[in-house]
Amino acid sequence: MDRMLTINIFRYNPQDPDSKPHMESFYIDETESMTLFIALNRIREEQDPSLQFDFCCRAGICGQCGMVINGRPNLACKTKTKDLPSQITLLPLPFFKLIGDLSVDTGTWFREMNTHIESWIHTSKEFDPEAEEERMDNELAEQIYELDRCVECGCCLAACGTARMREDFLGAVALNRIARFILDPRDEREEKDYFEIIGNDQGIFGCMGLLGCEDVCPKNLPLQDQLGFLRRKMGFFALKDLKRGKKKTC
Amino acid sequence: MVETIYTDLLCLGAGLAGERVAIEAAGAGFDVICLSLVHSKRSHSSAAQGGMQAALGNSVMGEGDSPDVHFLDTVKGSDWGCDQEVARMFVDTAPIVMRELAHWGVPWNRVVGGKGFYYKGGQKYEKFEDPAKEGLITSRNFGGTAKWRTCYTSDGTGHAVLYTMDNRATQMGVQVHDRVEAISMIHDGEHCQGVVARCLKTGKLRVYLAKATLVATGGYGRIYKNTTNAVICEGGGQSIALDTGVVSLGNMEAIQFHPTGIVPTDILVTEGCRGDGGTLLDKNEDRFMPDYEPEKAELASRDVVSRRMIEHIRKGFGVKNPYGDDHLWLDIRHLGEAHIRTKLREVDEICQNFLGIDPLHQLIPVRPTHHYSMGGVRTNKHGAAYGLKGLFAAGEAACWDLHGFNRLGGNSLAETVVAGKIIGAKVVEYLQGATATFKTAVIDERLKKDQARIDTLIHGGGKENVYELRNMMQDALMKGVGIFRNEKDLDQAVKTLQEVHARTANLGLKSNGLGANPELALALKLPGMVRMALCVAYGALERRESRGCHAREDYPARNDRDWLVRTLATWEEGADLPTLRYEPATPSFELPPGERGYGGGKIISADDKEA
Ligand SMILES: Cc1cc2nc3c(=O)[nH]c(=O)nc-3n(C[C@H](O)[C@H](O)[C@H](O)COP(=O)(O)OP(=O)(O)OC[C@H]3O[C@@H](n4cnc5c(N)ncnc54)[C@H](O)[C@@H]3O)c2cc1C
Ligand code: SF4
Ligand code: SF4
Ligand code: FES
Repeated sequence: MDRMLTINIFRYNPQDPDSKPHMESFYIDETESMTLFIALNRIREEQDPSLQFDFCCRAGICGQCGMVINGRPNLACKTKTKDLPSQITLLPLPFFKLIGDLSVDTGTWFREMNTHIESWIHTSKEFDPEAEEERMDNELAEQIYELDRCVECGCCLAACGTARMREDFLGAVALNRIARFILDPRDEREEKDYFEIIGNDQGIFGCMGLLGCEDVCPKNLPLQDQLGFLRRKMGFFALKDLKRGKKKTC
Repeated sequence: MVETIYTDLLCLGAGLAGERVAIEAAGAGFDVICLSLVHSKRSHSSAAQGGMQAALGNSVMGEGDSPDVHFLDTVKGSDWGCDQEVARMFVDTAPIVMRELAHWGVPWNRVVGGKGFYYKGGQKYEKFEDPAKEGLITSRNFGGTAKWRTCYTSDGTGHAVLYTMDNRATQMGVQVHDRVEAISMIHDGEHCQGVVARCLKTGKLRVYLAKATLVATGGYGRIYKNTTNAVICEGGGQSIALDTGVVSLGNMEAIQFHPTGIVPTDILVTEGCRGDGGTLLDKNEDRFMPDYEPEKAELASRDVVSRRMIEHIRKGFGVKNPYGDDHLWLDIRHLGEAHIRTKLREVDEICQNFLGIDPLHQLIPVRPTHHYSMGGVRTNKHGAAYGLKGLFAAGEAACWDLHGFNRLGGNSLAETVVAGKIIGAKVVEYLQGATATFKTAVIDERLKKDQARIDTLIHGGGKENVYELRNMMQDALMKGVGIFRNEKDLDQAVKTLQEVHARTANLGLKSNGLGANPELALALKLPGMVRMALCVAYGALERRESRGCHAREDYPARNDRDWLVRTLATWEEGADLPTLRYEPATPSFELPPGERGYGGGKIISADDKEA
């Protein structure tokens, strides 16, 4: 426990004309049950009050504190220093716009993504306040929740080779969200509607299937299964569509 | 040039309350912008695990439930401190809102027909769910309720509901400006016209002008050191409302402690643990709650369980630990793997990640910790704030006043959406009749003041350290305004806070303050936070009785004769204490004051006019 930690942090404040991107080292005594949340706050309060980083729930629930920790994207609040070597390197998540130091703008990206895939139930039914709720099988509700557990932290995108090459790639997070709506009987969208959104290189066909995303997902979402499921589903649809197209022409 | 943005409705906050009101207004065709410190889906509503109350009565243990029973539980829970007209509207609307959420996509857990098991106080019992109810929204047990009434999605209820709500808001065209912090309110003493805000990406100031403004900024737990609240729960909306000098904050002394914060980080493990049959154990691993509360045991209301835990620790039954305060144990081992790894999955993760223990085989160290603020911007039953036209409040930031002096678990998340619907409709009515004239002189003056505050912080040469003063404030409240309160400690807390408040006039930054500088953000809101803390401490000092969470060791009786009232705090410019006034707790009694049926304690009746 008597370790002195060296925490190397990426520093850059785009709003300060004198600031240049560089790494800066901070030294801090490790204490019992120390997490990166505790360590970074201590550095800010005791050593450099300008240090920018993001935490919100500090309990591994909200997805606010994604950063690259010794090379791997993860949630900083639930990362314990005792599981890391005494040299710790922290970088902001790539892919998202940098706000400053370790802080990136995930909110704007996720809002645009959700708008793009129309991440809501599409239904023609009106809500009737007098009526009993529509029934649902509990097991199905639990399956939907299983995919709903994503916290939009962005770790999967930070780890994704395709996302690094194509700025418009929707990422495993969006594909997982689509899978959630496909599963949900309340959503009346059909295969072709989904195909329009993800049946392209921005979506399922851009994915190289190397599964960096699933490896890093702090919520352990079954991303691999969803990618496989969608690729098959969209592949079949494309095939069917091709045939339909042929029939029409001949 | 400072960017100016106009809209019909400006919601300060994009949690459940803010977004629910926003959806109502957007649905009626109005332009709506929500401001938020973080991506809207990270608002603190997402952290709620346990669930939300509504008397649907679908599950077998909820059979016979009705809004009337929910009403009784809520009023008793509040220790008769709540507004009963509001409680009535709330319980009647809650079931409709849960169904509406189902319609929008919340994957509620549903009734599974046939034989099943549940635990109570460590014992296993059998139950039989009516197959005719299969597939309807089910419910779990929570403290202080006569029936199982808490609707839930695993233990990620807040997450599932906020994601659905945020998606719905996107669909309805509600704009969310995230990483924008409101730092002052623009008003002319009569009308609220919007806010001055600071962009937390660039540090630039911005003006938002609106026909109606809603405060939905959540709780202010971070005025305390040990709290379950997220780090953004700093009461930004409430404190800028207080700073207008004309808006009242209601019942700020009513602070709830939750029995099961984990040690040492105060992260919450849900009340669902006890609702699902978890028990509290002491250092000898003996179950002690039934000795204090034979009827309800672990499932008495939160204020009662928290007090009993501290009582038991004071008798020497706490477990020693290296972090100072003794703790107790929460035992959920008997609930079994299937239950813990699915229905209590977040709890499982929290135990593994933050404690390094496996709750299947190990006990969870817990102690009562700060959790919820019953107080907030005082509104009438339509959600309109006292003091300024065009200003509304909803959710935890408001004192609407559904919770009185203690809120029941599951009633707060439900409040955000129910109030959102009801108040949203009233905001729409207001907007339909509203024309706004924005007075440039008022706006310019406000903006100048804020710019001057920033310049002084950066260049003024102030000597006081932002973090040091914040810590002093937090410690003063922990020490003096905790679970048990008394004259001497409260008096000390008030004095310390007054000193801190005076010193905030001389704050200075150590860093350059450029861009999204976090030190500047805290420096701008700290004086307001200390003023809120003073409302809490001074209100508690003046309230010489015990009611709900407000437990005065020197005035142990609930005194309906003198104190069946709500505290209203306002702050005059230049003052060093709030001005306190009082109003009747409720305009009418559907349920006359009586015993709660748990928690014991003497009552001085309102009929007892002798001293
Ligand atoms: C750990 C935990 C678990 C809980 N579990 C339950 C439960 O199971 N059941 C239950 O009923 N209740 C529960 N509660 C209580 C409940 O979650 C909250 O009371 C409720 O979610 C508050 O919702 P809200 O919309 O009022 O505010 P929040 O969801 O807190 O949203 C506040 C919003 O205001 C924004 N904001 C704040 N300040 C500013 C500012 N100055 N300018 C601009 N924007 C600002 C924030 O960014 C955020 O968007 C729990 C609370 C905690 C802490
Ligand atoms: S599997 Fe696809 S989505 Fe996941 S990291 Fe690889 S390319 Fe990205
Ligand atoms: S899928 Fe996993 S890694 Fe990606 S945003 Fe969601 S929680 Fe984060
Ligand atoms: S701060 Fe919420 S997940 Fe880390």
